[in-house]
Amino acid sequence: MSSVYSEIILDYYRHPRNKGTLDHPQISAKDSNPLCGDIIEMQLELDKNNSVKDVKFNGQGCAISQASASMLTELVKGKRLDDVRNISKEEILSLIGGQLSAVRLKCALLSLKVLKTGVYTYLGSTNNSKDELSEP
Amino acid sequence: MQRHEQVYSSKKTSAYDVEQVRTDFPILQREINGRPLVYLDNAATSQKPIQVIQALDQFYNHYNANVYRGVYRISEEATVAYEEARRKIAHLINAKDPSEIVFVRGTTEAINLAAHSWGRSNIGLGDSIMLTEMEHHSNIVPWQQLARENGASLKFVGISDDGRLIRDDFRQNIEAGNVKLFAATHVSNVLGTINPIRELAREAHKHGCKVLVDGAQSVPHMPIDVQDLDCDFLAFSGHKMCGPTGIGVLYGKRELLQQMEPYQTGGEMIREVHLYESTFKDSPFKFEAGTTDIAGAIGLGAATDYLSKLGLRNVRDHDKEITKYALDALGRVKGLKIFGPPDPETRGGVVSFNLADVHAHDMASMLDEDGIAVRSGHHCAQPLMERLGVSATTRASVYLYNTEEEIDRLVESVERAGRVFKI
Repeated sequence: MSSVYSEIILDYYRHPRNKGTLDHPQISAKDSNPLCGDIIEMQLELDKNNSVKDVKFNGQGCAISQASASMLTELVKGKRLDDVRNISKEEILSLIGGQLSAVRLKCALLSLKVLKTGVYTYLGSTNNSKDELSEP
Repeated sequence: MQRHEQVYSSKKTSAYDVEQVRTDFPILQREINGRPLVYLDNAATSQKPIQVIQALDQFYNHYNANVYRGVYRISEEATVAYEEARRKIAHLINAKDPSEIVFVRGTTEAINLAAHSWGRSNIGLGDSIMLTEMEHHSNIVPWQQLARENGASLKFVGISDDGRLIRDDFRQNIEAGNVKLFAATHVSNVLGTINPIRELAREAHKHGCKVLVDGAQSVPHMPIDVQDLDCDFLAFSGHKMCGPTGIGVLYGKRELLQQMEPYQTGGEMIREVHLYESTFKDSPFKFEAGTTDIAGAIGLGAATDYLSKLGLRNVRDHDKEITKYALDALGRVKGLKIFGPPDPETRGGVVSFNLADVHAHDMASMLDEDGIAVRSGHHCAQPLMERLGVSATTRASVYLYNTEEEIDRLVESVERAGRVFKI
């Protein structure tokens, strides 16, 4: 069994990329995992084409939750919101690598859940939401 | 394996043969990731010896029937076995009479029963309930609910930095008056602290205050004498003492149980039912509505036999020995902080720790990779976690079958985690 605690995960945990807060995010969402006490906040700033101009995460918790959040910020940077919306669990899990138990999956996927909550809330509240959501 | 023999021949101190005892527990043969399972989550639930598994098997295969109701042979056999289990448990904790043993689902239900049936009629407006800061949620939430419903207040005994009750808090609270109940854990499920229940009960009784003891972490691990402790109620779970899940006990002094209203009502707990009113059986039967966990009780009876045969004094000595070994070995790991009293004499077999800034869940996952089962999280004691200033801890908890070699594996694995996290 390959350990999930790879050099890469530890590096992202010890030296998180894109950690912090944005001054004027259009999208901001936060959630926690009551079992572990992991907390993740995700913020996105969009350009006029609805692409991710900047992204930050903030939070605390286990290495898996924090490293996966940091990895996710790198994945979404520059992406169109539509593509962000379609990021799958599998993409995140392949970035993390290694095997995770069902309980620890929640840690790994917390940041994606927060991100999607933020994106859907934003799309639902903007004028063009109808078009965005009606796409297949 | 050579190392294992060395450890055993040189350091064996138990009054029983641990290697022999281990053969009674089939699950200890399991391998996880190619290594023998090291089970150190005994404070959550213990493993079951073959004797208990066979008792359940025997019941279902040979005399499964409902108790009391049937006049036929196997119902009578089931009834005898069920009541025999009650008698064995009464003997284990030195209750005056088997009728002081009420079968419930576990510690949580036992405390809820006491809060519902005794608390509601004895704790009212302006009264207080005294708890401690080291309680499991199951000995906090039922009292919060009762206090809210009846206009009572909660008082707390704080803990010192090394995890002991602050006696001055206890004294001040009890002397302030109107404290009707002191509900406290015997052994902390996080810190391992053994609380001086006997002395506290004596003090409480002087002030007309009843005492409920959460024995979930003590009854499985040490000799308990309810008459000596002089507690009014004792709650404990079968599954932490080699018994099956779903069965537990509320011990209550006979005169208290007799005065108490039923908890749940319905079949089997009644004497007579008319369309508009009913009368109830005597305790303990009036608290055992419906078909109870008959197999569970019989299984707990078998677990009681198992523990009695080993001797709870020997179990306690073994636990203490392994805990001392664990405290010493973990204490040598750089950056590792152990919670609770440092002296193994005043603590049970629970060792909570954190390694530098490694999150408890990461630690538990890394230990799991090496086949070691520990608990991580808040251990259903969030107020205590707040007091300790941590969000979670890793907890290793030992029992009668654990060995020093297993503690060595725990320590090796903790050290590996330290290397991975570059501590």
